[in-house]
Amino acid sequence: MRILSWAYLALMFAFILLPVAVLVVFSFQDGRLPVPPFKGPTLEWYAKVLADRDLMAALGNSMLVALASSAVSVLLGFLAAAGFARARLPGSALLRGLIIAPMTVSYLIIGLGLLQAVNWIGLRPSLMATGIGHVVINLPLCFAILAASIGAPQQSALRAARDLGAGERQVLSLVLAPMIAPSLAAAFFLSFTFSWDEFIIAFLLTRFDVTLPVEIWSMLRSGLSPETNAVGALVFLVSVLVVVTLELLLFRKAAK
Amino acid sequence: MSIERTERRQAAGLAAPALLWTLAFFLLPFGAMVWMSLGHMEGRTVVPGPGPETYARIFSDPSLFRGIFVSLEITATVTVLSVALAWPLAWIIATRVPARWRRLALLLAVLPFWTSYVVRSYSWALVLGEKGVIMNALTGLGLLAEPVQIMATRTATVIGFTHFFVMLLTLTIYSNLVQLSPNYARAAEDLGASRWQVIRLVILPLTLPGVMTGAFLTFVLCIGDYITPQILGGNNELSLPQLIMLQLGRRGDFPMASALSVVLMAIVTLAYAASARWLKMDRV
Repeated sequence: MRILSWAYLALMFAFILLPVAVLVVFSFQDGRLPVPPFKGPTLEWYAKVLADRDLMAALGNSMLVALASSAVSVLLGFLAAAGFARARLPGSALLRGLIIAPMTVSYLIIGLGLLQAVNWIGLRPSLMATGIGHVVINLPLCFAILAASIGAPQQSALRAARDLGAGERQVLSLVLAPMIAPSLAAAFFLSFTFSWDEFIIAFLLTRFDVTLPVEIWSMLRSGLSPETNAVGALVFLVSVLVVVTLELLLFRKAAK
Repeated sequence: MSIERTERRQAAGLAAPALLWTLAFFLLPFGAMVWMSLGHMEGRTVVPGPGPETYARIFSDPSLFRGIFVSLEITATVTVLSVALAWPLAWIIATRVPARWRRLALLLAVLPFWTSYVVRSYSWALVLGEKGVIMNALTGLGLLAEPVQIMATRTATVIGFTHFFVMLLTLTIYSNLVQLSPNYARAAEDLGASRWQVIRLVILPLTLPGVMTGAFLTFVLCIGDYITPQILGGNNELSLPQLIMLQLGRRGDFPMASALSVVLMAIVTLAYAASARWLKMDRV
């Protein structure tokens, strides 16, 4: 049993890590094709990536869309969560359901609906439209996380603040927001990650200014190239750094 | 009474932006899409409905109708395969790996989960290609005389999908396993169960709600995905999302793309209805 367990673990790790390992190794390929045999390490492809204007522009666009759409998602989710905690609204189960609903629908379908709406109103596909789409997919998530973090202790603190004469705006910004700050951060971080990596909505809703996943997609059309490997390896590196940092921060906190 | 009314007005005011956003950018576009699916194309122009022409075409045109089954077959294979591979992995990490290394093992087991989705599919294209690492090793070792084509087949799609969903399911099943009290296993052992019986008759059934939730999530995400079948599966057989994108791109056939999307939604809704009593969404 013991040997079997370790063998299975090794096999699965190989399966899970193989594609990433191949991606990274052949990003250093000194040749035109990222396939064996491996010819000497070179940083040529990384230099090419960093000098690629389209890629860098796409990177900036992705950053912009992810930051803006996550900020809007967290803000709207926060207000809605505070609202539902404030008083029982008529039909509140239905209204909550409406906010959560986009979670159950494929991104492709959300993107297709928005594309038709955009065409219908006579707007052009743009980064703005993509950002709107990303708020649609991330708002349910933010709302769910933040609504779950407002419990009885938060409720009574809010009541106390109101009894002591705080205005509604003060209650939200000086009492509720600091109390659920970790959840706000988690909601923002998750939204950012999803928006950053989202492809299909951005693909449908952008034309000339594209986001990073769409730019990488268009690189794929020209076939396998170590340059694509290098972009992929860089994206991977950044994600791993973020995850490891979070892990260390959270782990350290949990250990305390 | 008036205080209550003020509270309600404030609550409604706070919830309004989120509700309006969802209404304007999700519900209305969704409605527009359903309406579009009831129209049909004549030449290059959309004839508004409502009429059943476009849906009738899905069921009479084999190349479209087939897509439903291609998607269902791929998704079913991936879901079963991913659960079968992920459960033992999660169990080994949760119970066999020393506590000190557990976080690290879990982190490694889901590391590629954090890379870009598009890049992950591309990586498999590198690995599985005719000149890729696997074929190179197999022919190099003399195990294969000629490279076998895996890229641009359903096998490649299934491998790419399974890779992603094994990681997702390992996370959900692992969190399920560590929440279980060790007393269940201890009690079963005291009562004379063998180790294998403990797993099969005690631990496995206890993780079933978590497994079902993960499997449902896998089903929904897999059947709606365009990237993996497009990069790895090629164009020999098309899944529903590929057909939807094809209608949009080459033909500009919005009614057909919309009708296929409605079919996709209907399949997901049916899957939910069929598995709803097993699902515990809060256990994820």
